[in-house]
Amino acid sequence: MRTTVSMTVNGRSVSDEVEPRTLLVQFLRDNLRLTGTHVGCDTSQCGACVVHVDGKSVKACSMLAVQADGREVLTIEGLAEDGELHPMQAAFKEHHGLQCGFCTPGMVMSAIDIVKQHPDPTEAEIRESLEGNLCRCTGYHNIVKSIVAGAKTMRG
Amino acid sequence: MYNFAYHRPDSVDAAKSVFSGGDDPKFVAGGMTLIPTMKQRLAAPSDLIDLDGIGALKGIKAEADKIVVGAMTTHADVAASPEIRKAIPALAKLVEAIGDPQVRNRGTIGGSIANNDPAADYPAALVGLGATVVTDRRQLAAEDFFTGLFETALEPDELITEVSFPIPEAAGYAKFANPASRYAIVGVFVARTGGGVRVAVTGAGPCVFRVPEMEKALASSFSADAVKDIKVSDSDFNSDIHASAPYRAHLVTVMARRAVEAAQ
Ligand SMILES: Cc1cc2nc3c(=O)[nH]c(=O)nc-3n(C[C@H](O)[C@H](O)[C@H](O)COP(=O)(O)OP(=O)(O)OC[C@H]3O[C@@H](n4cnc5c(N)ncnc54)[C@H](O)[C@@H]3O)c2cc1C
Ligand code: FES
Ligand code: FES
Repeated sequence: MRTTVSMTVNGRSVSDEVEPRTLLVQFLRDNLRLTGTHVGCDTSQCGACVVHVDGKSVKACSMLAVQADGREVLTIEGLAEDGELHPMQAAFKEHHGLQCGFCTPGMVMSAIDIVKQHPDPTEAEIRESLEGNLCRCTGYHNIVKSIVAGAKTMRG
Repeated sequence: MYNFAYHRPDSVDAAKSVFSGGDDPKFVAGGMTLIPTMKQRLAAPSDLIDLDGIGALKGIKAEADKIVVGAMTTHADVAASPEIRKAIPALAKLVEAIGDPQVRNRGTIGGSIANNDPAADYPAALVGLGATVVTDRRQLAAEDFFTGLFETALEPDELITEVSFPIPEAAGYAKFANPASRYAIVGVFVARTGGGVRVAVTGAGPCVFRVPEMEKALASSFSADAVKDIKVSDSDFNSDIHASAPYRAHLVTVMARRAVEAAQ
Protein backbone atom coordinates (compact mmCIF):
# COMPACT_ATOMS: atom_id res chain seq x y z
CA MET A 1 0.00 0.00 0.00
CA ARG A 2 1.98 2.97 -1.23
CA THR A 3 0.77 6.21 -2.65
CA THR A 4 2.31 9.31 -4.12
CA VAL A 5 2.11 12.60 -2.24
CA SER A 6 2.97 15.97 -3.69
CA MET A 7 3.21 19.22 -1.83
CA THR A 8 5.12 22.46 -1.71
CA VAL A 9 7.71 22.50 1.06
CA ASN A 10 9.51 25.77 1.73
CA GLY A 11 8.54 26.98 -1.72
CA ARG A 12 9.78 23.88 -3.54
CA SER A 13 7.50 21.29 -5.18
CA VAL A 14 8.22 17.84 -3.81
CA SER A 15 6.73 14.47 -4.55
CA ASP A 16 7.44 11.01 -3.18
CA GLU A 17 5.97 7.58 -2.55
CA VAL A 18 4.81 6.95 0.99
CA GLU A 19 2.67 4.52 2.95
CA PRO A 20 -0.60 6.16 4.03
CA ARG A 21 0.52 5.74 7.67
CA THR A 22 3.58 7.96 7.13
CA LEU A 23 3.32 10.98 9.42
CA LEU A 24 4.02 14.41 8.00
CA VAL A 25 6.97 14.75 10.37
CA GLN A 26 8.45 11.45 9.11
CA PHE A 27 7.99 12.59 5.53
CA LEU A 28 9.80 15.85 6.25
CA ARG A 29 12.63 14.27 8.23
CA ASP A 30 13.13 10.91 6.51
CA ASN A 31 12.06 11.48 2.90
CA LEU A 32 13.14 15.11 2.53
CA ARG A 33 15.94 15.04 5.13
CA LEU A 34 14.60 18.27 6.65
CA THR A 35 15.60 17.35 10.18
CA GLY A 36 15.02 20.78 11.68
CA THR A 37 11.51 19.69 12.60
CA HIS A 38 11.91 17.65 15.78
CA VAL A 39 9.99 14.87 17.48
CA GLY A 40 9.93 15.45 21.23
CA CYS A 41 7.04 13.42 22.53
CA ASP A 42 5.15 11.83 19.66
CA THR A 43 1.97 12.17 21.77
CA SER A 44 0.82 15.63 20.56
CA GLN A 45 1.94 17.42 23.72
CA CYS A 46 5.32 19.10 23.20
CA GLY A 47 5.17 21.12 19.98
CA ALA A 48 8.76 20.36 18.88
CA CYS A 49 7.26 19.21 15.57
CA VAL A 50 5.26 22.38 14.76
CA VAL A 51 5.26 23.39 11.08
CA HIS A 52 2.87 25.54 9.07
CA VAL A 53 0.42 23.92 6.67
CA ASP A 54 -1.33 26.43 4.42
CA GLY A 55 -0.15 29.15 6.79
CA LYS A 56 -1.47 27.59 10.01
CA SER A 57 0.64 26.03 12.73
CA VAL A 58 0.05 22.31 13.22
CA LYS A 59 1.76 19.43 15.00
CA ALA A 60 3.42 17.42 12.25
CA CYS A 61 3.49 14.31 14.45
CA SER A 62 -0.31 14.24 14.51
CA MET A 63 -0.97 14.66 10.81
CA LEU A 64 -0.42 12.20 7.98
CA ALA A 65 1.72 13.09 4.99
CA VAL A 66 -1.26 12.19 2.76
CA GLN A 67 -3.32 14.82 4.61
CA ALA A 68 -0.82 17.44 3.46
CA ASP A 69 -1.10 16.38 -0.18
CA GLY A 70 -1.47 19.42 -2.44
CA ARG A 71 -0.77 21.87 0.40
CA GLU A 72 1.94 24.35 1.25
CA VAL A 73 4.21 23.38 4.10
CA LEU A 74 6.68 25.72 5.78
CA THR A 75 9.37 24.35 8.12
CA ILE A 76 12.11 26.01 10.13
CA GLU A 77 14.47 25.49 7.18
CA GLY A 78 12.27 27.70 5.01
CA LEU A 79 12.46 30.83 7.17
CA ALA A 80 15.90 32.27 6.47
CA GLU A 81 16.24 34.19 3.22
CA ASP A 82 19.55 34.48 1.35
CA GLY A 83 21.43 33.29 4.39
CA GLU A 84 19.81 35.87 6.64
CA LEU A 85 17.87 34.67 9.67
CA HIS A 86 14.14 35.39 9.86
CA PRO A 87 13.49 38.22 12.39
CA MET A 88 12.01 35.69 14.83
CA GLN A 89 15.07 33.44 14.58
CA ALA A 90 17.31 36.46 15.05
CA ALA A 91 15.30 37.50 18.12
CA PHE A 92 15.67 34.05 19.71
CA LYS A 93 19.44 34.27 19.14
CA GLU A 94 19.70 37.81 20.44
CA HIS A 95 17.58 37.25 23.58
CA HIS A 96 18.84 33.79 24.53
CA GLY A 97 15.48 32.22 23.75
CA LEU A 98 17.11 28.80 23.71
CA GLN A 99 19.45 26.61 25.67
CA CYS A 100 19.68 23.06 24.30
CA GLY A 101 17.68 24.14 21.25
CA PHE A 102 15.52 21.04 20.97
CA CYS A 103 12.20 22.89 21.33
CA THR A 104 13.37 25.88 19.31
CA PRO A 105 12.19 25.02 15.78
CA GLY A 106 8.67 24.41 17.11
CA MET A 107 8.82 27.51 19.30
CA VAL A 108 9.85 29.70 16.38
CA MET A 109 7.15 28.27 14.08
CA SER A 110 4.50 28.76 16.79
CA ALA A 111 5.84 32.25 17.49
CA ILE A 112 5.38 33.31 13.88
CA ASP A 113 1.79 32.07 13.98
CA ILE A 114 1.24 34.00 17.23
CA VAL A 115 2.39 37.20 15.52
CA LYS A 116 -0.08 36.52 12.70
CA GLN A 117 -2.90 36.40 15.25
CA HIS A 118 -1.54 39.18 17.47
CA PRO A 119 0.81 41.53 15.60
CA ASP A 120 1.65 43.29 18.87
CA PRO A 121 1.28 40.42 21.37
CA THR A 122 1.16 40.97 25.12
CA GLU A 123 3.19 38.72 27.37
CA ALA A 124 -0.05 37.06 28.53
CA GLU A 125 -1.15 36.38 24.95
CA ILE A 126 2.24 34.84 24.17
CA ARG A 127 2.24 32.59 27.22
CA GLU A 128 -1.30 31.46 26.51
CA SER A 129 -0.53 30.80 22.85
CA LEU A 130 2.53 28.72 23.78
CA GLU A 131 0.24 26.22 25.54
CA GLY A 132 1.21 23.54 23.02
CA ASN A 133 4.99 24.09 23.15
CA LEU A 134 7.07 22.67 25.96
CA CYS A 135 10.61 23.72 26.84
CA ARG A 136 12.61 21.76 29.40
CA CYS A 137 15.47 24.27 29.68
CA THR A 138 14.70 27.95 29.60
CA GLY A 139 11.78 28.42 31.98
CA TYR A 140 10.10 30.24 29.05
CA HIS A 141 11.09 33.71 30.24
CA ASN A 142 13.56 34.41 27.44
CA ILE A 143 11.33 32.72 24.89
CA VAL A 144 8.57 35.20 25.70
CA LYS A 145 11.11 38.04 25.55
CA SER A 146 12.34 36.82 22.17
CA ILE A 147 8.81 36.68 20.76
CA VAL A 148 8.02 40.22 21.93
CA ALA A 149 11.21 41.40 20.20
CA GLY A 150 10.67 39.27 17.08
CA ALA A 151 7.12 40.60 16.74
CA LYS A 152 8.42 44.14 16.93
CA THR A 153 10.91 43.58 14.11
CA MET A 154 8.25 41.80 12.05
CA ARG A 155 5.93 44.81 12.43
CA GLY A 156 8.74 46.89 10.99
CA MET B 1 0.74 2.58 13.50
CA TYR B 2 -0.66 -0.25 11.38
CA ASN B 3 -1.17 0.53 7.75
CA PHE B 4 -4.52 1.28 6.14
CA ALA B 5 -6.00 2.45 2.87
CA TYR B 6 -6.51 6.22 2.73
CA HIS B 7 -9.51 7.79 0.99
CA ARG B 8 -10.41 11.40 0.45
CA PRO B 9 -13.99 11.57 -0.87
CA ASP B 10 -15.46 14.92 -1.89
CA SER B 11 -19.08 14.33 -0.87
CA VAL B 12 -21.04 12.77 1.97
CA ASP B 13 -22.47 10.17 -0.42
CA ALA B 14 -19.02 9.20 -1.66
CA ALA B 15 -17.78 8.93 1.95
CA LYS B 16 -20.68 6.61 2.81
CA SER B 17 -20.09 4.42 -0.19
CA VAL B 18 -16.38 4.02 0.65
CA PHE B 19 -17.39 3.25 4.24
CA SER B 20 -19.81 0.51 3.19
CA GLY B 21 -17.09 -1.17 1.09
CA GLY B 22 -14.51 -1.20 3.91
CA ASP B 23 -13.59 -4.02 6.25
CA ASP B 24 -13.18 -1.95 9.41
CA PRO B 25 -13.34 1.63 8.15
CA LYS B 26 -13.19 4.86 10.14
CA PHE B 27 -13.82 8.50 9.37
CA VAL B 28 -11.05 10.94 10.23
CA ALA B 29 -11.70 14.64 10.84
CA GLY B 30 -8.88 16.68 12.44
CA GLY B 31 -7.17 13.48 13.52
CA MET B 32 -6.24 15.01 16.87
CA THR B 33 -7.67 12.03 18.76
CA LEU B 34 -7.74 9.32 16.13
CA ILE B 35 -4.16 9.60 14.82
CA PRO B 36 -2.53 9.42 18.29
CA THR B 37 -4.84 6.47 19.06
CA MET B 38 -3.70 4.72 15.88
CA LYS B 39 -0.07 5.47 16.72
CA GLN B 40 -0.60 3.67 20.02
CA ARG B 41 -2.21 0.81 18.09
CA LEU B 42 -5.38 1.22 20.13
CA ALA B 43 -7.20 1.67 16.82
CA ALA B 44 -6.28 -0.07 13.58
CA PRO B 45 -8.84 0.75 10.90
CA SER B 46 -8.58 -0.96 7.52
CA ASP B 47 -9.63 2.23 5.75
CA LEU B 48 -9.30 5.83 6.80
CA ILE B 49 -11.89 8.09 5.20
CA ASP B 50 -10.75 11.70 5.40
CA LEU B 51 -13.71 14.10 5.63
CA ASP B 52 -11.49 17.10 4.92
CA GLY B 53 -12.26 17.05 1.21
CA ILE B 54 -16.01 17.51 1.74
CA GLY B 55 -16.58 21.24 1.45
CA ALA B 56 -20.26 20.90 2.41
CA LEU B 57 -19.26 19.92 5.96
CA LYS B 58 -17.33 23.14 6.60
CA GLY B 59 -18.51 26.57 7.63
CA ILE B 60 -20.73 28.57 9.95
CA LYS B 61 -24.20 29.86 9.08
CA ALA B 62 -25.96 32.47 11.21
CA GLU B 63 -29.76 32.47 11.13
CA ALA B 64 -32.27 34.59 13.06
CA ASP B 65 -32.55 32.24 16.02
CA LYS B 66 -29.69 29.79 15.60
CA ILE B 67 -26.10 29.25 14.52
CA VAL B 68 -25.32 26.21 12.42
CA VAL B 69 -21.77 24.86 12.46
CA GLY B 70 -20.60 22.29 9.88
CA ALA B 71 -19.07 19.12 11.35
CA MET B 72 -15.65 19.76 9.78
CA THR B 73 -15.37 23.33 11.08
CA THR B 74 -12.18 23.66 13.13
CA HIS B 75 -12.06 24.97 16.68
CA ALA B 76 -9.96 27.90 15.40
CA ASP B 77 -12.68 28.88 12.93
CA VAL B 78 -15.45 28.66 15.55
CA ALA B 79 -13.43 30.72 18.04
CA ALA B 80 -12.73 33.40 15.42
CA SER B 81 -16.25 33.55 13.95
CA PRO B 82 -17.71 37.07 14.25
CA GLU B 83 -21.25 35.60 14.13
CA ILE B 84 -20.59 33.26 17.05
CA ARG B 85 -18.69 35.87 19.06
CA LYS B 86 -21.69 38.14 18.72
CA ALA B 87 -24.58 35.70 19.17
CA ILE B 88 -23.08 33.18 21.63
CA PRO B 89 -19.86 34.64 23.08
CA ALA B 90 -19.73 31.88 25.70
CA LEU B 91 -19.39 29.30 22.92
CA ALA B 92 -16.49 31.19 21.30
CA LYS B 93 -14.78 31.44 24.69
CA LEU B 94 -15.25 27.74 25.40
CA VAL B 95 -13.72 26.80 22.07
CA GLU B 96 -10.86 29.28 22.45
CA ALA B 97 -9.80 27.40 25.58
CA ILE B 98 -9.65 23.94 23.98
CA GLY B 99 -6.12 22.51 24.06
CA ASP B 100 -3.62 24.73 22.26
CA PRO B 101 -3.51 26.70 18.97
CA GLN B 102 -2.20 23.73 16.96
CA VAL B 103 -4.96 21.44 18.25
CA ARG B 104 -7.51 24.16 17.47
CA ASN B 105 -6.17 24.53 13.93
CA ARG B 106 -6.92 20.85 13.19
CA GLY B 107 -9.56 19.63 15.68
CA THR B 108 -13.21 19.84 14.60
CA ILE B 109 -16.60 20.01 16.29
CA GLY B 110 -17.72 16.78 14.60
CA GLY B 111 -14.64 14.87 15.79
CA SER B 112 -14.90 16.23 19.29
CA ILE B 113 -18.54 15.27 19.82
CA ALA B 114 -18.25 11.91 18.02
CA ASN B 115 -15.42 11.05 20.37
CA ASN B 116 -17.37 12.22 23.47
CA ASP B 117 -14.37 12.32 25.77
CA PRO B 118 -15.74 12.71 29.33
CA ALA B 119 -13.46 15.76 29.77
CA ALA B 120 -14.19 17.44 26.42
CA ASP B 121 -15.61 20.96 26.39
CA TYR B 122 -18.06 20.86 23.47
CA PRO B 123 -20.52 18.40 25.07
CA ALA B 124 -21.21 20.97 27.83
CA ALA B 125 -22.03 23.64 25.23
CA LEU B 126 -24.28 21.35 23.18
CA VAL B 127 -26.28 20.13 26.17
CA GLY B 128 -26.21 23.54 27.88
CA LEU B 129 -27.59 25.32 24.84
CA GLY B 130 -29.98 22.52 23.85
CA ALA B 131 -28.27 22.05 20.48
CA THR B 132 -29.32 19.62 17.76
CA VAL B 133 -26.87 17.22 16.14
CA VAL B 134 -27.65 16.68 12.46
CA THR B 135 -26.39 13.51 10.80
CA ASP B 136 -26.64 12.04 7.31
CA ARG B 137 -29.93 10.40 8.36
CA ARG B 138 -31.57 12.16 11.34
CA GLN B 139 -31.56 14.94 13.91
CA LEU B 140 -30.77 14.26 17.55
CA ALA B 141 -31.18 16.44 20.63
CA ALA B 142 -27.77 16.82 22.28
CA GLU B 143 -28.98 15.00 25.37
CA ASP B 144 -29.95 11.96 23.33
CA PHE B 145 -26.71 12.12 21.36
CA PHE B 146 -24.24 11.79 24.28
CA THR B 147 -25.02 8.40 25.82
CA GLY B 148 -22.05 7.45 28.02
CA LEU B 149 -18.30 7.27 28.47
CA PHE B 150 -16.89 7.78 24.94
CA GLU B 151 -20.33 6.62 23.73
CA THR B 152 -22.81 8.37 21.46
CA ALA B 153 -26.04 7.44 19.72
CA LEU B 154 -24.20 7.30 16.36
CA GLU B 155 -24.44 4.14 14.27
CA PRO B 156 -21.01 2.90 13.11
CA ASP B 157 -21.51 4.30 9.59
CA GLU B 158 -23.40 7.44 10.63
CA LEU B 159 -21.86 10.75 9.71
CA ILE B 160 -22.39 13.99 11.64
CA THR B 161 -22.99 16.78 9.14
CA GLU B 162 -23.67 19.79 11.36
CA VAL B 163 -24.62 21.08 14.79
CA SER B 164 -27.35 23.65 15.27
CA PHE B 165 -27.13 25.92 18.32
CA PRO B 166 -30.22 27.94 19.33
CA ILE B 167 -29.20 31.47 20.34
CA PRO B 168 -29.67 31.91 24.12
CA GLU B 169 -30.64 35.08 26.00
CA ALA B 170 -27.45 34.72 28.00
CA ALA B 171 -24.84 32.00 28.51
CA GLY B 172 -21.57 31.43 30.34
CA TYR B 173 -18.94 28.71 30.67
CA ALA B 174 -16.37 28.16 33.38
CA LYS B 175 -13.83 25.37 33.44
CA PHE B 176 -11.24 24.17 35.86
CA ALA B 177 -8.71 23.01 33.29
CA ASN B 178 -6.17 20.24 33.55
CA PRO B 179 -2.96 22.28 33.61
CA ALA B 180 -1.22 19.99 31.10
CA SER B 181 -3.85 19.25 28.44
CA ARG B 182 -6.50 21.95 29.10
CA TYR B 183 -9.20 19.27 29.07
CA ALA B 184 -11.88 20.01 31.67
CA ILE B 185 -11.38 18.56 35.14
CA VAL B 186 -14.80 20.16 35.58
CA GLY B 187 -16.56 22.50 33.15
CA VAL B 188 -20.02 23.99 33.65
CA PHE B 189 -22.08 25.62 30.90
CA VAL B 190 -25.07 27.71 31.98
CA ALA B 191 -27.63 29.14 29.55
CA ARG B 192 -30.78 31.19 29.96
CA THR B 193 -33.00 30.39 27.00
CA GLY B 194 -36.57 31.00 25.90
CA GLY B 195 -37.34 27.49 27.12
CA GLY B 196 -35.81 27.93 30.59
CA VAL B 197 -32.41 27.72 32.22
CA ARG B 198 -30.03 24.87 31.42
CA VAL B 199 -26.94 23.79 33.36
CA ALA B 200 -24.63 21.19 31.81
CA VAL B 201 -21.54 19.68 33.43
CA THR B 202 -18.57 18.04 31.70
CA GLY B 203 -15.43 16.45 33.16
CA ALA B 204 -17.03 15.45 36.46
CA GLY B 205 -18.81 12.23 35.49
CA PRO B 206 -18.48 9.60 32.78
CA CYS B 207 -20.58 11.73 30.42
CA VAL B 208 -22.01 15.25 30.27
CA PHE B 209 -25.14 15.72 32.44
CA ARG B 210 -27.63 18.41 33.54
CA VAL B 211 -28.23 19.61 37.09
CA PRO B 212 -32.00 20.11 37.57
CA GLU B 213 -31.69 21.62 41.09
CA MET B 214 -29.44 24.37 39.76
CA GLU B 215 -31.68 24.97 36.77
CA LYS B 216 -34.68 25.41 39.06
CA ALA B 217 -32.85 27.80 41.36
CA LEU B 218 -31.55 29.86 38.43
CA ALA B 219 -35.00 29.99 36.84
CA SER B 220 -36.32 31.88 39.86
CA SER B 221 -33.19 34.02 40.26
CA PHE B 222 -30.46 34.04 37.61
CA SER B 223 -27.62 34.93 39.95
CA ALA B 224 -24.43 33.36 41.25
CA ASP B 225 -25.92 33.36 44.75
CA ALA B 226 -28.73 31.07 43.62
CA VAL B 227 -26.31 28.19 42.94
CA LYS B 228 -23.50 28.81 45.39
CA ASP B 229 -24.89 26.46 48.05
CA ILE B 230 -26.22 23.73 45.78
CA LYS B 231 -24.16 20.56 46.11
CA VAL B 232 -24.17 17.63 43.70
CA SER B 233 -23.68 13.98 44.60
CA ASP B 234 -20.28 12.52 43.65
CA SER B 235 -21.50 8.92 43.60
CA ASP B 236 -20.58 8.15 39.96
CA PHE B 237 -17.98 10.88 39.49
CA ASN B 238 -14.53 10.39 37.98
CA SER B 239 -11.63 10.00 40.37
CA ASP B 240 -8.06 10.05 39.09
CA ILE B 241 -4.62 11.53 39.66
CA HIS B 242 -5.97 14.95 38.72
CA ALA B 243 -8.90 15.17 41.13
CA SER B 244 -10.92 12.98 43.49
CA ALA B 245 -14.68 12.56 43.09
CA PRO B 246 -15.55 14.74 46.13
CA TYR B 247 -13.23 17.47 44.84
CA ARG B 248 -14.89 17.34 41.42
CA ALA B 249 -18.30 17.63 43.12
CA HIS B 250 -17.05 20.72 44.96
CA LEU B 251 -15.78 22.17 41.68
CA VAL B 252 -19.20 21.73 40.03
CA THR B 253 -20.69 24.25 42.47
CA VAL B 254 -17.77 26.66 42.11
CA MET B 255 -17.72 26.48 38.30
CA ALA B 256 -21.52 26.86 38.14
CA ARG B 257 -21.26 30.05 40.17
CA ARG B 258 -18.48 31.38 37.92
CA ALA B 259 -20.38 30.44 34.77
CA VAL B 260 -23.40 32.44 35.93
CA GLU B 261 -21.13 35.38 36.80
CA ALA B 262 -19.60 35.19 33.33
CA ALA B 263 -22.93 34.85 31.52
CA GLN B 264 -23.62 37.42 28.82
C1 LIG C 1 -2.91 18.04 23.20
C2 LIG C 1 -4.42 18.00 23.07
C3 LIG C 1 -5.19 18.76 23.94
C4 LIG C 1 -6.57 18.76 23.83
N1 LIG C 1 -7.31 19.52 24.70
C5 LIG C 1 -8.64 19.51 24.64
C6 LIG C 1 -9.43 20.32 25.52
O1 LIG C 1 -8.92 21.07 26.35
N2 LIG C 1 -10.78 20.24 25.42
C7 LIG C 1 -11.38 19.46 24.48
O2 LIG C 1 -12.61 19.44 24.44
N3 LIG C 1 -10.68 18.72 23.62
C8 LIG C 1 -9.33 18.72 23.67
N4 LIG C 1 -8.62 17.97 22.76
C9 LIG C 1 -9.34 17.19 21.72
C10 LIG C 1 -9.56 18.03 20.45
O3 LIG C 1 -10.49 19.01 20.82
C11 LIG C 1 -10.15 17.34 19.20
O4 LIG C 1 -11.21 18.05 18.75
C12 LIG C 1 -10.64 16.01 19.38
O5 LIG C 1 -9.46 15.30 19.64
C13 LIG C 1 -11.32 15.31 18.19
O6 LIG C 1 -11.52 16.08 17.06
P1 LIG C 1 -10.88 15.72 15.65
O7 LIG C 1 -11.54 16.60 14.66
O8 LIG C 1 -9.42 15.79 15.73
O9 LIG C 1 -11.40 14.24 15.43
P2 LIG C 1 -10.67 12.83 14.95
O10 LIG C 1 -9.54 12.58 15.85
O11 LIG C 1 -10.37 12.96 13.51
O12 LIG C 1 -11.86 11.87 15.16
C14 LIG C 1 -12.31 11.48 16.46
C15 LIG C 1 -13.42 10.43 16.31
O13 LIG C 1 -14.59 11.01 15.76
C16 LIG C 1 -15.01 10.34 14.57
N5 LIG C 1 -15.53 11.38 13.69
C17 LIG C 1 -14.88 12.53 13.31
N6 LIG C 1 -15.71 13.30 12.57
C18 LIG C 1 -16.89 12.65 12.46
C19 LIG C 1 -18.14 12.97 11.82
N7 LIG C 1 -18.33 14.12 11.16
N8 LIG C 1 -19.15 12.06 11.94
C20 LIG C 1 -18.98 10.91 12.64
N9 LIG C 1 -17.83 10.58 13.26
C21 LIG C 1 -16.79 11.43 13.18
C22 LIG C 1 -13.77 9.64 14.07
O14 LIG C 1 -14.10 8.51 13.31
C23 LIG C 1 -13.05 9.29 15.36
O15 LIG C 1 -13.58 8.11 15.90
C24 LIG C 1 -7.22 17.96 22.84
C25 LIG C 1 -6.45 17.20 21.96
C26 LIG C 1 -5.07 17.20 22.07
C27 LIG C 1 -4.26 16.38 21.12
S1 FES D 1 6.46 15.55 18.72
FE1 FES D 1 4.66 16.46 17.98
S2 FES D 1 3.83 17.37 19.72
FE2 FES D 1 5.62 16.40 20.52
S1 FES E 1 15.86 24.99 24.94
FE1 FES E 1 16.02 22.93 25.62
S2 FES E 1 13.96 22.29 25.47
FE2 FES E 1 13.79 24.38 25.09
